[in-house]
Amino acid sequence: MTDLTRIDGAELAGLLASGEVSSVEATQAHLDRIAAVDGEIHAFLHVNAGALDEARRIDERRAAGEQLHELAGAPVAIKDVLCTIGMPSTSGSRILEGWVPPYDATPVARLKAAGLVALGKTNMDEFAMGSSTEHSAYGPTRNPWDRERIPGGSGGGSAAAVAAFEAPFALGSDTGGSIRQPAAVTGSVGVKPTYGGVSRYGAIALASSLDQVGPVSRTVLDSALIHDVIGGHDPHDSTSLQREWPSFAAAAREGAAAGSLQGLKVGVIRELDSEGIAPDVHARFQEAVRLIEGAGGEVVEVSVPSIEYAVAAYYLILPAEASSNLARFDSVRFGLRVERPGQTVEDVMAASREAGFGAEVKRRIILGTYALSAGYYDAYYGSAQQVRTLIQRDFDAAFAQVDLLVSPAAPTTAFRFGEKVGDPLAMYANDITTIPANLAGIPGMALPMGLGDDGLPVGLQLLAPLFEDARLYRAGATIEALLAEQWGGILAHQAPQLTEVAR
Amino acid sequence: MKDRLMDFDEALERYEPVLGFEVHVELGTRTKMFSAAPNPAHPDHHDAAPNTLIDPLSLGLPGSLPVVNEEAVRYSISLGLALGCEIAESSRFARKNYYYPDVPKNYQISQYDEPIAFEGEVEIELADGRRFQIPIERAHMEEDAGKLTHVGGATGRIQGAEYSLVDYNRAGVPLVEIVTKPIVGAERDAPELAKAYVAAIRDIVLSLGISEARMERGNLRCDANVSLRPRGQERFGTRTETKNVNSMRSVERAVRYEIQRQAAILAAGGTIVQETRHWHEDTGRTSAGRPKSDADDYRYFPEPDLLPVQPDRALVEELRAALPEQPVARKRRLKAEWGFTDLEFQDVVNADLLATVEATVAAGAAPGSARKWWTGEIARLANDRGVEASSLVSPEHVAELQRLVDGGALTDRLARQALEGVIAGEGSPTEVVAARGLQVVSDESALVAAVDEALAAQPDVLQKIRDGKVQAAGAVIGAVMKAMRGQADAARVREIVLERASQA
Repeated sequence: MTDLTRIDGAELAGLLASGEVSSVEATQAHLDRIAAVDGEIHAFLHVNAGALDEARRIDERRAAGEQLHELAGAPVAIKDVLCTIGMPSTSGSRILEGWVPPYDATPVARLKAAGLVALGKTNMDEFAMGSSTEHSAYGPTRNPWDRERIPGGSGGGSAAAVAAFEAPFALGSDTGGSIRQPAAVTGSVGVKPTYGGVSRYGAIALASSLDQVGPVSRTVLDSALIHDVIGGHDPHDSTSLQREWPSFAAAAREGAAAGSLQGLKVGVIRELDSEGIAPDVHARFQEAVRLIEGAGGEVVEVSVPSIEYAVAAYYLILPAEASSNLARFDSVRFGLRVERPGQTVEDVMAASREAGFGAEVKRRIILGTYALSAGYYDAYYGSAQQVRTLIQRDFDAAFAQVDLLVSPAAPTTAFRFGEKVGDPLAMYANDITTIPANLAGIPGMALPMGLGDDGLPVGLQLLAPLFEDARLYRAGATIEALLAEQWGGILAHQAPQLTEVAR
Repeated sequence: MKDRLMDFDEALERYEPVLGFEVHVELGTRTKMFSAAPNPAHPDHHDAAPNTLIDPLSLGLPGSLPVVNEEAVRYSISLGLALGCEIAESSRFARKNYYYPDVPKNYQISQYDEPIAFEGEVEIELADGRRFQIPIERAHMEEDAGKLTHVGGATGRIQGAEYSLVDYNRAGVPLVEIVTKPIVGAERDAPELAKAYVAAIRDIVLSLGISEARMERGNLRCDANVSLRPRGQERFGTRTETKNVNSMRSVERAVRYEIQRQAAILAAGGTIVQETRHWHEDTGRTSAGRPKSDADDYRYFPEPDLLPVQPDRALVEELRAALPEQPVARKRRLKAEWGFTDLEFQDVVNADLLATVEATVAAGAAPGSARKWWTGEIARLANDRGVEASSLVSPEHVAELQRLVDGGALTDRLARQALEGVIAGEGSPTEVVAARGLQVVSDESALVAAVDEALAAQPDVLQKIRDGKVQAAGAVIGAVMKAMRGQADAARVREIVLERASQA
């Protein structure tokens, strides 16, 4: 019998829809896989005890002849940044340990409405601050390709979960690359939609003007299928866009079937194809560019000069917004409370935040508080916003010349645990490839483009103009199909087998 | 500690008061400023139990997001227009960051450098009819905080309390904060001006129907800024901001108190501390709150969860066209039209009967008669019953009653009986008159016969009248009125009594 955890989400959904496989079977297979390997990977912070019940209800509805969504009954992993009724939602922080929200984040509610079954909550850097999951208060997630290596971050849990075949689909959130960088270093696919394309309602905010929820999976089509479910206007999020989106799954299917990039003008971002990019990553990227050309794409070099200031601007805007967003964690209404008799509310707030936040979170709160202070606002937050405007203009100019931009999705393959955790600046610099898209609001995708010298996955990044997410799926699926032809299947299947502990 | 106060007149001689006001108006929208939670400032939700009008945003739960209440924006625009303000083409919300347990997100969503309304002017009128233009700097939208109750202390204040309870019902109630520019030139009218300004805002808000504007409920809250500068000095003195002033009378008293307190300090060579002060209704004093300086750092930045508010200009014009007459202008017009004295007009205003009298006049009553009914007999009956005068009887019925009096069909006394019938629900005045048989007896011979009878019955009184003691006629008049069951014109009866007494 087919191993239900090894097949793509789309294929699994097909089996579910045709009745060949029940949701209980599919869910049980993934729960078994989690039980077998997650002790080692630690992709999950919480496994949904109600998953099988939810699966059974879907099966019953299908048996009753109800017309269900094409993904109904398929399992999905949810990043812990998203609020879920009945499951703790901690955002990787001690300060929210055990907190169970009374409401579902909109993307979660939409998955539920489509009949997907939540397997559980995935690990992440605390409040999504980090690129390695080493800042999770609950311990790091390990990269399924090499357990001595980081799975990327902040959404290392979601990326590792799909890469380790613990889930076909996952949700992530991307503030500066938290979907794309983990996808890149785990050989997965991840998409940051256009800002406003997916509701942020119920996503525990890091930096409101940058955060965007998106899909993580092993194939482009699977991400597109999830994006179709979670996207679209939500009246609960004022920044969610009011527009009709095309079917991303249709775009991905078209792209895969086309087998050609004829007529597509592709720009290589000069500033992201130079120093700072590891030689093996650079080599894979050159190969990818040649593949694009070989498929009929017209490749030119374009410049986005203000990218030079992106990391600096990002690390002012993000901490500034985060310092305010995280102010609510004061122990008064929810979350960890540290108190002793006779203390004032200020004492209790301070003690709770001291105990509940990790070092990286405190560092960024302090940075952000400083950047917003009277007398410094213009120099820091103000200038950073100006840089942001410049980056947006640069991208506008670039997209006037080309349909799509490409770059490596991350400067290196997965680094080792502890390699950068003591050097915040090195950790921040690692985000250079992904940050510009968040500052500009444009959509971006990471997909596998091969292996580095160390045998670890290397990711390709595609960037499209605002609202043109479909272009990512179309081109991404074409590239993926061409690579799969070379490799004899998607990259994820080249990952080393994990030892399964006895069930 | 008791503050030293300088005599008010002396204080004014030496110093010039400069005032400024921040008035918060709670809007009575159906839901809160940024969420669908019910609004406790809406009449349907008064007296809700603590923490029942809440939702994820009211508690600042992780992941919750604000969404602007369009009704609140419309109300704010109307208020801005009524204050004579410009309405911004684009205005933005900003976060005001500070930690306090009644602020669920530990930031308040307010407006900072881009308020919805700016640069206006409000005309106010003092009791003697003198007018002032109060310059308005801005009116901006924001959300209210929750409410803290300090438990265990003797005073109910935070000092000495054992613990505090938080009610988040109020968190997120839509507010408009109206900020004046510095007001100079009020001089010794400063306290009265303060009261008149708050009254003017209240009247505007009521005329727009956007808030119940009840100060005792906190629908309308005033922070009064007061500073003094020595005569001849250009630069403003250091100001204090008095909070917790929740009646118009208190605003007046608080301003007077601060003038006298600050004058005493300055005259003794002291300096005024820039601080928040709390008004104590019971003692009539202010006390020092927290020090406040311009260096308070709220780390404002544009609220990234909300888009700029860019009201459609057609909507603004629509709201402008729908503005009611300005309350001050309306009062001035009515007073002139009705020809009332200051005192008469003030009676009507103070009893909150302006609209009622206006409707009665519109229904055909002479203004003077309408006023007498409402501030006299009806007010008395309302007071006895503990209800609003306007709820007892309709202006149309009052006008009808007066028409019957004017036409001679009823005496004042009969009209009062008819009024009672109307209030008792017996029908219109005409119907009550018919049903109760309340007719003035105008048959002269019947009156003369009744007078003769009464005089014959009281020969001693007759003698007194003949001796010139005219006031003794009262007893006879009473007897006649009784015999006529009150349905006679008492003045005519009196004439007949005197006439018959002198003849007999």
